[in-house]
This record gives sequence, structure tokens and C-alpha cells, in this order.
Amino acid sequence: MIVAVASGKGGTGKTTVSASLASVWPSPVVAVDLDVEEPNLHLFMNPAISAQEPSYIEIPEIDDEKCTRCRACTDICQFKAIGIFGEVVMTFPEMCHGCGACWTICPEEAITPGKRELGQILSGRSGPSAFVMGRLRVGEAMSPPLMRDVKRHLNGGSGYAGRDIIIDAPPGVSCPAINAVMDADVIVLVTEPTPFGLYDLALAQQAFAPLGKPMGVVINRADIGTRDVYDHCQKTGLTILAEIPYQRDIAEAYAKGRIIAVAVPSMRALFETLVGQIKTLHGQPSMAREVQHA
Amino acid sequence: MREILILSGKGGTGKTSLTAAFAHLASGHIICDLDVDAPDLHLILQPENRETEHFLSGHEAIIRPDDCERCGQCADACRYDAIQGDDPPVINPLKCEGCKLCVEICPAKAIDFELNHCGDWYRSTSRFGPMVHAQLFPAEENSGRLVALLRQQARAMAEAKGLDLILSDGPPGIGCPVISALSGTDLAIIVTEPTVSGRHDLERVLELCTHFKIPAGVIINKCDLNQEQAEGIEAYCEEHQLSFIGKLPHLTAFTEAMIQGLTITEFSSNGVRESIKTIWDNILKLAAPKPVLDRAADD
Amino acid sequence: MEKIAVSSEGPDMDARVDPRFGRAAGFIIIDPDTMAFEYVDNGSSQVMAQGAGIQAAEIVAATGARVLLTGFVGPKAFQALNAAGIRIGQNVDNLTVREAVQRFQAGDVPVADAPNSRGHRS
Repeated sequence: MIVAVASGKGGTGKTTVSASLASVWPSPVVAVDLDVEEPNLHLFMNPAISAQEPSYIEIPEIDDEKCTRCRACTDICQFKAIGIFGEVVMTFPEMCHGCGACWTICPEEAITPGKRELGQILSGRSGPSAFVMGRLRVGEAMSPPLMRDVKRHLNGGSGYAGRDIIIDAPPGVSCPAINAVMDADVIVLVTEPTPFGLYDLALAQQAFAPLGKPMGVVINRADIGTRDVYDHCQKTGLTILAEIPYQRDIAEAYAKGRIIAVAVPSMRALFETLVGQIKTLHGQPSMAREVQHA
Repeated sequence: MREILILSGKGGTGKTSLTAAFAHLASGHIICDLDVDAPDLHLILQPENRETEHFLSGHEAIIRPDDCERCGQCADACRYDAIQGDDPPVINPLKCEGCKLCVEICPAKAIDFELNHCGDWYRSTSRFGPMVHAQLFPAEENSGRLVALLRQQARAMAEAKGLDLILSDGPPGIGCPVISALSGTDLAIIVTEPTVSGRHDLERVLELCTHFKIPAGVIINKCDLNQEQAEGIEAYCEEHQLSFIGKLPHLTAFTEAMIQGLTITEFSSNGVRESIKTIWDNILKLAAPKPVLDRAADD
Repeated sequence: MEKIAVSSEGPDMDARVDPRFGRAAGFIIIDPDTMAFEYVDNGSSQVMAQGAGIQAAEIVAATGARVLLTGFVGPKAFQALNAAGIRIGQNVDNLTVREAVQRFQAGDVPVADAPNSRGHRS
């Protein structure tokens, strides 16, 4: 089973929930941090990293002598990674999306794939869990290519076979978030009972509903706001899987980088129950809900 | 004209709530919400008189099943695994990158390439001044182009109205949208929290600011959550010659104000309001124009 | 004398210089010997999700112009124009196209050696 822990709003507690779930899961899991722009899962799970590899995207390299300036490449490139100015041919590697269109259509075979570094993929172990994360190079604009490469690494690893996977997703509802949740069997949306939390939860529901996965909600800092989030979940048929109270000891443990299911006694039981709730959700038929977004 | 961008790297530090408070305290400014993925600023500022514009960007490839010869070349060529099935094959819009390769190579020319209406953007008025904001439709690519467009609009509005400050609520992370928000701005203010995560993400977003040569300042929110971490961040600012703008303790007023649709400075008593005003004054001092011939991006 | 390209808000010499290069409405291409001119539309760059400056540089290079007058040029477009051997006069916004050309011919527009815009990522 693949569980993706996501949210519309940032800072609701995705990493808190992911790390705690991994720590109480009844069988050894693969914990995966797909928030490659700002990965935090390793700060809590403290993995022993045994492998680190750079991740690359393929970009065009043009043989100036073979190139006839026919412009087929610059005409097809939707991202302006190639420009021809009079006789001068230039590539703009940072613009490239790695689609391969240019070298596929070049009639002179003048273009070959070079590479641009996207970031790093790190893997190792944290207790019984396997651990994988992507870390985007600072200055690299796109996260989905690195996310795809992390997923490729996961699919290729025999050490991961037969294990449940817990994915810590990036916040938001655009491309990076979709990339993180699209392969999951269950999506857990973490929110907080505030106006921002509610608005972004509704956005996330709308964004992920077409994927047709069962979705449930964890309400974090459950007592700081209003009942609106609860009412919304009821109205739209979103199961509330767990409520984490706002408690000073939880916040302090989090601030220090502790996994709350380990550091705070009452939290272990809460997360064990959550595991059960997630498994139940997985067993149910998936329903895509139409959400009227305010 | 000065552009001040409020960032956080990590979500949930109070960036949007503080931007709203600064919008209240500032004068002669345009307000810009550059978090086009999950915008929240409008929930406090409640803008009105909304003029809506469509945002069209990028393309989507769509196969015409009647013309498709089922040769499978498109699926073979696609590097994003976006084409599934074979009778007829179907392009998954969530995976389609809009690269046009399949459109080009299809022997039957059976693939359309349509411009994508991927969001809307708005010019509005709020109780604190004109506002420019947007909403990307869920699951769309957030390439930063919409962010760039909003900034361009904000600058045009500021010029037209004779205003000289643009205050922007920035996107989270360090990817395309943040890069688009950062390039050419005058000052980045990073709102962080004294936690292991907050510190980690702060350092990454600061690295990005350095990369783009944007001066940066730091605010610690919820500073009483962990004394050691808070001191660590202040020391970090000093070591790296970053401006430490100020700090605030954890305040339930942030949530209470949000629930009432008020900025924390409208909601709170003098003590809190004064602390935030001091922080804002520090920001303005830092943002004040220096005698350098440096013109803002307007492309 | 070499042709001059000016980013323009409209299709004639009395239009205002478009301060943007990459997403300019279009370009007026002038033969300074005769003052004959043509307008080249830049709509295809405006709709690009990214790389408008690079596309605009291609459009200008294709006209054969050897000088560009405009308001702001970002770093990628600057790189491209330089590679094409096109000299760039920046900061001539707030003038009409005609005025910009006259100023250039009078020797009052310095050739840029660095972009005056930090540009966008795209």
C-alpha cells in the first residue's frame, strides 16, 4: 500500500504525521520524502544514509558543425531552451524540460543529450524503515523531474519490495503535489481548523478528486479554531481519520525535531489508531467527490 | 518604487498573516498575493470589485480518436509516460508536459495542441489598497509565469496610481514560483520559526536569495517555542550578515484574528500592534532606496 | 547604415517605446538612411509560458537589425542578443520610437554592456 500525506496549506503537519506513521506502522515501511524543495522528513527520522546519487535531466547539446540552422529544434521547443540568432546557435539549459523533442526531430542528428543536475537522491535506513529522499539543487526551478527520478529509484530498488510506502508530499495543489500523490492508494490530507486550513483543504480535495483515490483527513492542532473544517468534511463526505490536539508538549517535541509518536506518550496510541483508519479507508471503494469550491 | 517580498521557505510560519498586518500598517502601496497555488491572503483582506482575467499558458496535447491510426509512436516517444492505452491511446492531462513532440511525430496529424486556460487572475480593491492576486486551477503546472504576470500588473498599477511600494505575499518552497517572485525584487523578508524544520528551510531559501543577489531580512515567529533554536537563528543572521528584523512570541491572536477576517494588528491590543509596527518600520528602513542605478525588472 | 529595431507599443514611429523587450507588443525596424520602417509583431513571444526574451531575440535577429533600442532587457535575452552581435541601447522607454531613434543617431544612447533588468526566471 502506498500512503501519500499531503495538504493544500503548508505547515499543517504533513511531515509530523508521516514520521509518526512510519514509526508505529506494524510492518517495516519505506519512508519517502517527495517534498524535494524543502525536505524535512530526515530531520525527524534521522536516517543513516548509505547511498547518495546525483539526479540529472537530459538537455540538448548541439554540434555546431552538423547544425544547418534549419530551425526545426527552436521551432518545436516549447520552453525556449534553444535559440538561433542569425548564425549563432545557443542553448539555455536551465529552460529545458527534458522532453527530447529537439534531438528526436533534428534532421542532421546534430543534437545529443547532455545533462543538467536537478539535485540529489539519498537513501538509507531509519530503524526498521527504509528511507528515501530527494533534495532539489538550490536554483533549480522544477521539482517534478527530480520527483519522477526519486520514484524511479523506488521502483528499481529490491530493498523496497513488499513494503508499504509512506510519502511525505509537498504542500499545495499544483504539479509537484499532484506528482507526489498520483501513485498513492490512499491520500491523507492534513489540515488545521482555521480559515486558511479550510480554504486550502477544499482546494486539495478539488485537485486530487479526479485521481479517484480514497481520501481522509487528519485535523492537526484540532482545538485552535472553529468547527468549519469539521462541517466541511461532513458535508463533502471526507472521513476524519484523526484529530491531533494542540498541546505545548507536542509543539516543543516537534520544535526539537522529535517524532511526536515516540516523544509524547499519548500520541503513540493516536497514531496506531490512525494506521488502522488508513487501512480501513484503503479497503473501501474509492469515490471521486465533486466539491463545490467557494 | 520598491518591491518587498515576504517568504518563508517552510509553510505555516505566519507569513500570510504577517503580510496582511503589514498591508494594514503600510500606506501608498499595492498588495500582491504571489502564492497562486494556495492563496490565502484574500481570506483576511476580503478584496472587492474583482476584475477577472483568464490566464492562458502552456499547451495540452489531445488525441482525436477518429483520426488516430493506433501506431503507438506517440506513447513510445513520450518521456512523461503521459500516453496510456492503445485503442485509442489517451493523453493524461496531469502528466502531459506540453512539449509538442507527439504532435510533431504523429504520422496522421491526429493530435491537437491547445492553449491551456490554467487559472484566473484578479485586480481588486481591499480596505488597505489595490490588490492583485490569482488562483491557478487545481492540478495545473505552476511555472512561475502567472507570478511574473502578477508582478508586472502590480508595477503597472503602482505607476498608474503614483504609488511607490509593492508588498507581496510570496509562495512557499524554492522552486519556479519562488524564483519568479524573487528575481528583481528589492527585499526579501523571511518569516521563520525556531524549529529544526524552520531552520532547515530558512537556510535553503536564504541560499536562493544569495543566488539571486536579493538582500534578505529574517523575522522569527513563535520565538518562545524553543529558545535555543531562536538564538541559533539570530546567530546565523549575524554570521551571514543578514538583517535580523525582529521576533514575535506564539500568539493565539493570529488564529483568532484570521477567524474574524481581521489582520492581527486590527484585532489585537496595543502591545502586539506595537511590536508588529516596530517590525514593519524596520522593514521599511531596510527597503529604503539606496543611491544605486538599478532598475526593477519589467519584462 | 545598419537597421535599427525598437520595441514598440504600436505599429508606427509615433508609438511609445515598449519598455519591455521579451513581451513587447512588437518591433519597429527602421532603415535609418531612408527612415523607412516596418512593424514586426511579437505576439508569439507574449503567449510563451517561458523564454519570451529568447524568442523576441530570435525575432529581432531574423530581421537583420544590428541595433536594438528598448527599455529593459533581462539577462537571457541580453546573452542572446550579444551572441547575435546586436548592440543594445537600454533605458529609452518614455520616448516615442521616432525620438528614440533620433537620440541614438545623435549619439546620446550608450551601448549597454550588462542587462539592466534582473529579469524573471522565465
